[in-house]
Amino acid sequence: MKIGLFIPCFINELFPHVAMATLELLESLGCEVEFPMEQSCCGQPLANNGDSKGACDAARRFTDVFQRYDYVVAPSGSCVSHVTHHYDWYIAEDSAYQQLKPKVYEIIEFLQDVLKLEKLPKPVYFPHKVSIHQSCHGLRELHHASPSELMMPYHSRLESILKLVDGVEVLLPERRDECCGFGGTFCVDEPELSTAMGEDRIAQHEATGAEYIVGADPSCLMHMGGIIRHQGKTIRPLHIVEILTGRGAGA
Amino acid sequence: MKDDSVKHPQAAAEFLKDRAQAKWHDSAIWWVRQKRDAQAKQLPEWEELRRLAREIKAHTLSQLDDYLAQFEANAQKNGVTVHWAADADEHNRIVHGILAAKQVKKLVKSKSMLTEECGLNPYLEQHGIEVVDTDLGERIVQLRHEAPSHIVMPAIHLKKEQISELFHKELGTEAGNNDPTYLTHAARANLREHFLTADAGLTGVNFAIAETGGVVVCTNEGNADLGTSLPPIHIASMGLEKIIPKLEHLGVFTRLLARSAIGSPVTTYTSHFHQARPGGEMHIVIVDNGRSEILGNEDFYQSLRCIRCGACMNTCPVYRRSSGFSYSYIIPGPIGSTLGPSRDMKKHGSMAFACSTCGSCSNVCPVKINLHEQLVLHRKKAFDQNLLPAGKKMGLLAMRFLTQHPALFDLGGKVMRKVVPIIPESLTRHSAWSRAGRDVPPMPSQSFKELYQQRSKDKKDKEGQQ
Repeated sequence: MKIGLFIPCFINELFPHVAMATLELLESLGCEVEFPMEQSCCGQPLANNGDSKGACDAARRFTDVFQRYDYVVAPSGSCVSHVTHHYDWYIAEDSAYQQLKPKVYEIIEFLQDVLKLEKLPKPVYFPHKVSIHQSCHGLRELHHASPSELMMPYHSRLESILKLVDGVEVLLPERRDECCGFGGTFCVDEPELSTAMGEDRIAQHEATGAEYIVGADPSCLMHMGGIIRHQGKTIRPLHIVEILTGRGAGA
Repeated sequence: MKDDSVKHPQAAAEFLKDRAQAKWHDSAIWWVRQKRDAQAKQLPEWEELRRLAREIKAHTLSQLDDYLAQFEANAQKNGVTVHWAADADEHNRIVHGILAAKQVKKLVKSKSMLTEECGLNPYLEQHGIEVVDTDLGERIVQLRHEAPSHIVMPAIHLKKEQISELFHKELGTEAGNNDPTYLTHAARANLREHFLTADAGLTGVNFAIAETGGVVVCTNEGNADLGTSLPPIHIASMGLEKIIPKLEHLGVFTRLLARSAIGSPVTTYTSHFHQARPGGEMHIVIVDNGRSEILGNEDFYQSLRCIRCGACMNTCPVYRRSSGFSYSYIIPGPIGSTLGPSRDMKKHGSMAFACSTCGSCSNVCPVKINLHEQLVLHRKKAFDQNLLPAGKKMGLLAMRFLTQHPALFDLGGKVMRKVVPIIPESLTRHSAWSRAGRDVPPMPSQSFKELYQQRSKDKKDKEGQQ
């Protein structure tokens, strides 16, 4: 089983430690992982701003780069959901893409659904309170959890995988899945609104008494992190793979 | 009337200057979302109802011409006069014609977003007819010469103190008396006068039933019933998408409507109108006004399933923090942000971008419209019609190029990581990222690609040594 590691462009530049944690976690679970150097952006910013040609070219490029792998895994729910849920708008007729699509996984999905992870490669003790941040695309497109709008039995991938971590106390903010306001280029198209949404979200996470905001999407964490730093708050955004590898404890 | 020249980002920034008011607005509307959740939770068949509602509407839209003809024939059998209006102007001319023929001086109206869409009030007022809105929220915004800021709760942007002040000025209530019951009674007394002296009543239509030729109007105040029972003329204005095939389908929608809209199990009044009262007249005006064009559009026809419950507004984190007046189209929020750009992309294009694509709207929608996806589809049109700001378009074209040239993309990233830390904070402070209070992320000295290359090299070296 050969895994192609898909590291979204902004994670490559700004959150290399999240990418490294993902790589190490997969390797320590015995996976053969390759990181194809010729990858670039999945095209979501282009698609979300209406650039169909750019989005289409990016989708074809992604398919070319990753079609040779048995699985493709990335530490970002939003970028994965763009690939698996929106490429059909651009390259539905591409048979290579259709073959690739079911093999593309967000890291937590991959750990739970493909590897059927029951224990972490090395025991992790993380004696901290964490507030779960459900990112919108992971939640409502990849179904990481039951969205609060839908009347269905409750489930949450992040909460269940954190059960493998010793000592961690998992909390949920009021309005358990409201958007943090990042929204891709929305965050610079409407900075005042985006920041206001982020401030409200952070306040709800803080009110749980948590020390960390834990999520599976670095983009939301980046946005909230910027506001947190600006205001000198003590709560810290943290990607869930950093906890699972045991790196989060020192963060 | 609504200011249709507003651009969402600027209007939202303005609204957010008063953070206390904005927080109140957000909480007041979130409270309605929570009431909706509580009601929906009580029905084990909730998701099944949504699926059914979606399918009934989808079926009806696929044969809309047949159902409309059936509806017209059955309404005519009941003695109702049916009119067809291709656009807003024709709707207004028809309504005025009916009223002018009977020398109507005063018209009482129950809530109708369609007449807002058509600009009926100013049209009739120009022709010397007094129009009185009788829904309490709608009456409040009429007295303030404002548009509704929400399609179900037209005055949700106002606090009771502001309403007290308005009523003191307009209706002569005690200054400073903010008691909601007192204010409601004052409005009721005033409206009674208008009901008794009106020559005609106009209602909107929530559902029009093809099989019976009847229309159904849902209100919580009973104002539609008074407005159609006292004056001799009843005009019902409806968009042509309001049709459902049979009476037996109605229950699916009435069970969803009030729960989705205001978190009540049912609207207080669900009134069925089939014919004029003895000695009176009943007219139904069926309005297209751009709907046929939407129906013919593969990407957007789903928006015609809308039953105007407003749940998408109540859940929208953007709407709650920017209010209805930040949207240029008469219908704000997610559904307005697909209907507005469908009507006029140049005027309402900014609405399609007033969205973080969180998708909550599509999940609460009782007829399962893919709202957040429709907004992204509108952005395609905006891009293709060259309506994006020049700087943004250039940025996207650069991004398009770099995406196909990873080496240059990586170089760009490297330059960013080296340069951003040495730019003085006084310069970055005004950037779109930072100007509202968000620091730039720390810039790592190495990208993951660099770290990975280093790691692979180290591994190889190690293997070489062994």
